[in-house]
Amino acid sequence: MTDTILKLDNLRVESLSGLVIVDNVSLELKRGEVLGLIGESGAGKSTIGLASMVYARAGCRITGGRVEIDGDSIRDLSADDRRKMRGQRIAYIAQSAAASFNPAHRLIDQVCEMPIEHGLMTAAEAKAWALELFRALDLPNPDTFGERYPHQVSGGQLQRAMAAMAMSCKPDILVLDEPTTALDVTTQIEVLALLKKLIRDYNMAALYITHDLAVVAQVADRIMVLRHGKMVELGATEQILLHPNQEYTAALVADRKASDKIAVEAPPEQAMPLLSVSSATGVYGTFKAVNNVTITVSRSETVAVVGESGSGKSSLARLIVGLLPRTAGDVKLNGKSLLSTLKGRDREDLRQIQLIYQQPDVALNPRQTIGEIIGRPVAFYFNRSPEEVKTRVAELLRQVGLPEDYAGRLSTALSGGQKQRVCIARALAAEPQIIICDEPTSALDQLVADDILKLLKRLQDDLGVGYLFITHDLGIVRRIAHRTAVMLRGEIIAQGPTAQIFSPPFHPYTENLLASVPEMRTDWLDEVLAKRSGAAA
Amino acid sequence: MFRTIAIRIVLGLLTLFAVSVLIFVSTEILPGDVASAVLGQGATPETLAVFRAELGLDRPAYTRYFEWFFKAIQGDFGVAMTNKRVIIETLEPRFLNTMFLAGYAALIAVPLSVGLGIVAAINEGKAVDKVANVLSLMTISVPEFFIAYILILFLAVQYDIFPSLSTVFADMSFTERLYVAALPAATLTMLVMAHMLRMTRTSVLSIMSQPYIEMAFLKGLSRSHVILRHALPNAAAPIISVVALNLAYLIVGVVVIEVVFVYPGVGQYMVDGVSKRDLPVVQACGLIFAGAFVGLNTIADVLAILVNPRLRNPR
Repeated sequence: MTDTILKLDNLRVESLSGLVIVDNVSLELKRGEVLGLIGESGAGKSTIGLASMVYARAGCRITGGRVEIDGDSIRDLSADDRRKMRGQRIAYIAQSAAASFNPAHRLIDQVCEMPIEHGLMTAAEAKAWALELFRALDLPNPDTFGERYPHQVSGGQLQRAMAAMAMSCKPDILVLDEPTTALDVTTQIEVLALLKKLIRDYNMAALYITHDLAVVAQVADRIMVLRHGKMVELGATEQILLHPNQEYTAALVADRKASDKIAVEAPPEQAMPLLSVSSATGVYGTFKAVNNVTITVSRSETVAVVGESGSGKSSLARLIVGLLPRTAGDVKLNGKSLLSTLKGRDREDLRQIQLIYQQPDVALNPRQTIGEIIGRPVAFYFNRSPEEVKTRVAELLRQVGLPEDYAGRLSTALSGGQKQRVCIARALAAEPQIIICDEPTSALDQLVADDILKLLKRLQDDLGVGYLFITHDLGIVRRIAHRTAVMLRGEIIAQGPTAQIFSPPFHPYTENLLASVPEMRTDWLDEVLAKRSGAAA
Repeated sequence: MFRTIAIRIVLGLLTLFAVSVLIFVSTEILPGDVASAVLGQGATPETLAVFRAELGLDRPAYTRYFEWFFKAIQGDFGVAMTNKRVIIETLEPRFLNTMFLAGYAALIAVPLSVGLGIVAAINEGKAVDKVANVLSLMTISVPEFFIAYILILFLAVQYDIFPSLSTVFADMSFTERLYVAALPAATLTMLVMAHMLRMTRTSVLSIMSQPYIEMAFLKGLSRSHVILRHALPNAAAPIISVVALNLAYLIVGVVVIEVVFVYPGVGQYMVDGVSKRDLPVVQACGLIFAGAFVGLNTIADVLAILVNPRLRNPR
């Protein structure tokens, strides 16, 4: 038995069209060691994770290199033997547990399936082991938890159930692919702590894939930084965080740290806000998605709305634009009350409030050219001639930092960041006073997101537009928001200048939220957990 | 969930009611009526009027509709105008014959096409998949009477394995019936297979791109296990509805087949009724067909609700 459990040697993965996705990456993982793989999307992190199970997604194939698990060269095995190795010796934990569990089967059946199918345990043994894992992972009512279907448990519980599923065959290696990214910060901290404990208690070797340096810092012994499928830097966690050798790593670290301090001061309160929502309530059926919310946005002001998923942030945006009819309260634009529903609002009211969405991929019609997408609001709101529309589109593209000749392209040819710029240009085309940004950067990579935030800031300085900025990312709030509102269960529980919200005395929920954001040091998680158990005792 | 199912069933009944109105109205607006059909071209307006009064055709349409409808739901479709026989007595054995033929074809077609669809999905892009696709497309691309005559030509005329006429009698034994109805059942099977096979294949394959299927592969499960246990339960709803649609087609779409094979089913009876302008017969057959169609689709809808774990086990 050697000390090295997983070894990748000059691994190469290409797409069927010949694009190199992973370019000669080598790594070694020892028993009981956690190696963090970090990089932006397209860096090849997940592909490496899957390739270490000798699995390639549709459209990709492994074209070179060796994969060794405990000294056995896995690529040389027969297809059947490779299949048997999956789950048994190396197991996978995916980003979205909701999508990775089969909706048609009970959790316990899916957790026990692997050891039974691999012939490692009888049904009774598998179940006993699963219950033990449920207990170790702190799941509520572990004895009956497995009887439920995936849609009946929360996201954090499902993620833990997936960890139990991965452990069901007692594998040597875990591949964790962004296991906490889809979770709210307060849930992330619980899951992160449990995963860390699991890895330590069962002395697992693990590849921990994430884009968040602060998260990986809590669990990894070493970190490998990847970019465009190549290794940028490999080093001990402390060294990567404190003394990065490469420029790219330094940029990642610096950018992550920048979100720790407050960047903007609240402007003086203006007499007449552009947008004012007063005591507004909106319901889905009997559920109050927005409950008695009062908030204002002034000219040249960014107001952040923060909260976890389901807190009603997006519903508030829908209520303002009229997609969610309000059942009480008022929404005023420049002192004039807006109709409760979108239908019936006149063109001028529609023009003044524009939206930027979370996922630029689906917010753009893939069959229209960029010119058509941006030109449409210009023609619709201002009745311009085709020539004038063309000039205006070119101007807007320049404004958002895209080349003018993009007007003839389809959005499908653009990167995520470029698509979001198109969305911003489309919103600007209406020359609105208010832009509602619904998590505009959360689908983007860190450095790209940073550019988008700078663009939004510049546009505000130039045009004086007011932003209602919906986000769950407190780092972004610190950087761009003049004022901040914290939402919980449809209500705003705290509101004020950002600096005030982010300093004591806190609302208990805000404090919990703030304390749950991972910090860029390796001992953060242990410290928080120690503090919590201290408080509990 | 029970609410959803109840709504489905009520909707089915409403559909049936609407169809009954449609059937009645459309037979009303057909040019000519049974009186002119029976008495022929030479009838004088006076004799026509007398005959109409005798048949009750001179009363307003809505009275006749409700009378017809309420009797029909009790199984009384009235008397055939042409030969004065009680319709239900003729219809019942014929309906059973049609159901026998449809059931016969369904027992072959459904397992075969769903099974082949799954096999095709497991072997996506391989020879089995392509052959199954091409063959099923061929059978659906030629008219049904053509398939019927080809089968008769080879299996009845040249090799004399099966009879070319499928007339069944009340005193035939079950096995005799099976033997006699083999060719029409085979024809029907070929007709409905393509649709079900391709739908099964597509449904299974579309589920195959879901993340939980990738997860199942990463758990080291074999491809057949992944498809049967992880993909199929989630593909069940579209498969059920396409199967139901085809079962309904087996019952109502057999008119041509019954004529070709001289099989005494409802379809033949209806064709007969139409050519003789025997409205009560046409209405009765239409209602039976509509009932079978709506009934099967409602059952499919209810099953599709039952296989959905989210609806079966609310939070």
